[in-house]
Amino acid sequence: MTDIAQPGAQPGAPAGAWQDADWTERRLRRRYRAERRFKIYGLVAVCIALAFLAILIGSVVATGYPAFVRTSVALEVNFDPKVLGLGEAPTADELHGAEYPTLLRETIFATFPEVTTRKERRKLLKLVSKDARFELRELVLADPSIIGTTRRVWLTASSDVDMLIKGNANRDAPEDERRLDDRQIAWIDSLGASGFVETGFNGAFFTNADSREPEIAGIGGAIMGSFYMLLVTLVLTFPIGVTAAIYLEEFAPKNRITDMIEVNINNLAAVPSIVFGLLGLAVFINLFHLPRSAPIVGGLTLTLMTLPTIIIAARSALKAVPPSIREGAYGVGASPIQVVFHHVLPLAMPGILTGTIIGMARALGETAPLLMIGMVAFIVDIPGGPFDPATALPVQIFLWADSPERGFVEKVSAAILVLLAFLIAMNAVAIYLRRKFEVRF
Amino acid sequence: MPQGRPQGVQLTILLIAILALALIGLYFGRRRALGTAGTNLSKLHSMPSYHGWYVALWCGIPSGIVLVVWLVIQGPVLEALLLSYLGPQVAGQSDAMIGLLLNDVRNLASGDVVSRDVDPALQAAADRYASMKSTAGAAVLAIGLALGGAGFGWAWRRISPGLRARNKVERVVNIVLILSSCVAIVTTIGIVLSVLFESIRFFSIIPFWDFLFGLKWSPQTAIRADQVGSTGAFGAIPLFTGTLMITLIAMLVALPVGLFAAIYMAEFASPRFRNVVKPILEILAGVPTVVYGFFAALVVAPTIRGIGESIGLDVASESALAAGIVMGIMIIPFISSLSDDAIVAVPNALREGSLAMGATRSETVVKVILPAALHGIVAACLLAVSRAIGETMIVVMAAGLAANLTANPLDAVTTVTVQIVTLLVGDQEFDSAKTLAAFALGLMLFVVTLALNVFALHIARKYREQYD
Amino acid sequence: MTEDTDAMVSLMMDEEVAPAAAADPEAPPAPRTRMRARGVDVFYADKQALFDVDIDLAQNKVTALIGPSGCGKSTFLRCLNRMNDIIDICRVSGSITLDDRDIYGRDIDVVQLRARVGMVFQKPNPFPKSIYENVAYGPRIHGLANRGSELDDIVEHSLRRAGLFDEVSDRLQQPGTSLSGGQQQRLCIARAIAISPEVILMDEPCSALDPIATAKVEELIDELREHYTIAIVTHNMQQAARVSQFTAFFHLGVLVEFEATEQIFTNPHDQRTQDYITGRFG
Repeated sequence: MTDIAQPGAQPGAPAGAWQDADWTERRLRRRYRAERRFKIYGLVAVCIALAFLAILIGSVVATGYPAFVRTSVALEVNFDPKVLGLGEAPTADELHGAEYPTLLRETIFATFPEVTTRKERRKLLKLVSKDARFELRELVLADPSIIGTTRRVWLTASSDVDMLIKGNANRDAPEDERRLDDRQIAWIDSLGASGFVETGFNGAFFTNADSREPEIAGIGGAIMGSFYMLLVTLVLTFPIGVTAAIYLEEFAPKNRITDMIEVNINNLAAVPSIVFGLLGLAVFINLFHLPRSAPIVGGLTLTLMTLPTIIIAARSALKAVPPSIREGAYGVGASPIQVVFHHVLPLAMPGILTGTIIGMARALGETAPLLMIGMVAFIVDIPGGPFDPATALPVQIFLWADSPERGFVEKVSAAILVLLAFLIAMNAVAIYLRRKFEVRF
Repeated sequence: MPQGRPQGVQLTILLIAILALALIGLYFGRRRALGTAGTNLSKLHSMPSYHGWYVALWCGIPSGIVLVVWLVIQGPVLEALLLSYLGPQVAGQSDAMIGLLLNDVRNLASGDVVSRDVDPALQAAADRYASMKSTAGAAVLAIGLALGGAGFGWAWRRISPGLRARNKVERVVNIVLILSSCVAIVTTIGIVLSVLFESIRFFSIIPFWDFLFGLKWSPQTAIRADQVGSTGAFGAIPLFTGTLMITLIAMLVALPVGLFAAIYMAEFASPRFRNVVKPILEILAGVPTVVYGFFAALVVAPTIRGIGESIGLDVASESALAAGIVMGIMIIPFISSLSDDAIVAVPNALREGSLAMGATRSETVVKVILPAALHGIVAACLLAVSRAIGETMIVVMAAGLAANLTANPLDAVTTVTVQIVTLLVGDQEFDSAKTLAAFALGLMLFVVTLALNVFALHIARKYREQYD
Repeated sequence: MTEDTDAMVSLMMDEEVAPAAAADPEAPPAPRTRMRARGVDVFYADKQALFDVDIDLAQNKVTALIGPSGCGKSTFLRCLNRMNDIIDICRVSGSITLDDRDIYGRDIDVVQLRARVGMVFQKPNPFPKSIYENVAYGPRIHGLANRGSELDDIVEHSLRRAGLFDEVSDRLQQPGTSLSGGQQQRLCIARAIAISPEVILMDEPCSALDPIATAKVEELIDELREHYTIAIVTHNMQQAARVSQFTAFFHLGVLVEFEATEQIFTNPHDQRTQDYITGRFG
């Protein structure tokens, strides 16, 4: 190996170590093994990440899809005015306040006349959702003429029955570990045998608000809450974000103040979201006394949180517009404002919109700051505007995830699926916009 | 309909009215400009639409200012008015009691639940408050409309061919642009002030050093004001160690996986593979944290507990390990995309230089590319750590509440963010140490993450300069 | 395309490019050919960049590849150590041999090939490491030194041969990027010769350098000729004339003329060569 020190000393002949074919071969094999190992590490890392995603989505889908189906039980309901406590020609108020719980009870007892003891009867009541009485009320209010007649009515089954029918509850478990005992299962099976138990698409999941009863609880209220919140956020962030970006990118003098604003925006984009929640709590609620739990406060808080992201996105979209466009516009005598608003901004708009949608998607999925400003309240009404108390979709997920009932677990997963669907749709729109309107300079 | 709403309605009306007035101004300003110019448009200094904007701005800005000012000052003003009304009733009471009373009056007035029995005096105060609120709202509405109308008239009369409408409108636009870009600054100042003030109040109750170096955290405060001796313990060390442990576990998961994934994607994968897999990995970045929290609490934690028990380990049901692993998963795409940027930014000349020496791909990566991209990767890690420290939902849902000072990842620990949420969700009294502690923790969180971010951005900037 | 290609091919047939072997019979015995390219076509996706190129690189000679930018001279150079492999869309056909073994053959390992055929790039690209580590990089990855002292010897020897040692001997541990442009390029040359390659490819090595640094590098190239086979791409005709013994002129992906340098610059066969060297285009 001495000739290594004088590389190429013998022109014409391969120098040094290259001559020792065996040695080179061995070493090369070792190097290629290392290369393969390294490549496998990388591939494994990618696969781990993909596997995590698959498990995450898979577990959510697996637990969540049954929530889109719900079980109903058919009962022959005799809308007896006496049971309802109504006289002749009842007023609307009377109809509203009639004895629907009694009607429900009597109907269930009448379906199983053989059950007589109090204890057994109480078990019987657990087959149908407590909120079925409201379904009866809706029927009567929609058509008062059914009073006095007997109809077959499909009522929402209780969560326990729902779980049983969907196969989520184990029939073979020891009786004391089950939510439903043998008698109840027998009742359900007898109903099912005569075609009085049915499963169908759970539309109510999308229209109902939260409820203590898993079979009734829906994400309608949360979706509206999220909608109002995003509306507030969009209305505020978009103009403020775009104008701020225009100033910083097009007009701001390059001095220390501008530099400070820039650094500030970059840092703000990385501040934990919960800190924005603290800000919202201290400023909007404690200082301005805006209503707690209202989408307006959530929207304002999310605005402050999303703004830096949107400013950064809008700036890079503006930056991508080539200077030649500006020079051209200046060349025909446009004022700086005209140059920006007539020429640069329209060209940058697809990029800005893409950034805005992605920012909105992030705001939609944000939970932590909303906890700070009291959007965790249990709210059973669907909000009618940004000042009404409301909850948001991710917060609803958080609330349900804390509930111990089995029925809520599938609701959480279903709500997550809906949230993910919204997010994927928003991102798809953003990608579409970018592809469609991307101007290549 | 609760009584608090009418004011909101009034303000909404004002807002809509201002907008409508501005639109009318836009139209008529333009019309008038066209009218004064006659057939010869070039007589106008500015385009007719600028005259329209000129009128619209004169309509909108003054009344808009009134609206904003009122929104800002109404709270304190109404409170002062209410206090002077309540004058004799509250004389001699402590600030805290007065605050509680005012809160009840406000709640009663807007139809919410109150914390005490409603006596006639309270009801009267609430009615009074509600009426003051709606009167004030009506007054603001009237003033706003009047100002808008006056602005309209003033601008309308000034329209003439010589009016430099464009310059005036553009000056306003310029001011609007500057104001918008100051929102970010104002937000930062707002954050600093809001957490700082409450933190100072907290540190006046609990000494700063006791908070920073105390080993015991049990934020129970007195249930009654006169209760003695149960001020709780506010030593934040267990929270810091808990946060650090979960962050450490997260980084142990995310750093190797994220970095290797980035290297593979940037240096080894075929373009087809990259085009398919990269967007899929980006989905991982877009999943909301509450979903990760659900995943941690309902899938990962029970799994770890099951595995632990099957090999005879005692695993807490809310172990630091579960929260840390899931947080790591959340951070993987963050690290991999930032590292990918850093790796791709390494000039191709270095890559070719190394390959041309007969180095294999992996030798090139390890010996040339990673050293060259080191700044960017370090910055990515710092940002990831800052992200992990500030992450809330995963730990709220999957980590415990017990402030254990432990180094065992199978134990339950709690974190700064978990405590902030726990302390602030539910009923709050703004003068108990318990609530204020959340702000002190928020201050710590803000300072630490800010420092990490500033440092990371500084490194990243230096790195970019190196290759630009 | 086919028509054009045919036209060019026939053109080349007519001229029957004379490789080095066909040099003047009066000249000293023909130098040994180390690398031989025959019928090389290169495609980038669907676009053909090189058409049927035949060139021989002779031992201890400098072969210059000249031509207007975009003519394919760099592409050809990168075929010689298979650097085109790392461009996904690039496809090479024809045969290139090193010591009569096809370098695109199955039994040739690209890593080893590149160790035998070194390369110096247009822009100096020292690694973000110390000067010492830059030169030691190749010997390290190829395992050419067993002991630290051996490595020290190789580094010193390579730096000396690149004419850089005296300038940097007192700061070997400083980053390679701290050197001046010309020094950086000589560092890259030292880095390339540290693994004792047999052929050195240089892709416009002086285009990023000032005249003084260029002169030094040219001088170096001439000295290196003693030990290596060298191919250099340049767009500078004076440089080609100064440093090379053979010159190949490329135009639009076609090898127009390949002759002894003297011949090309004094009495080119082809009109296009004539036009190019007299500065009518390019």
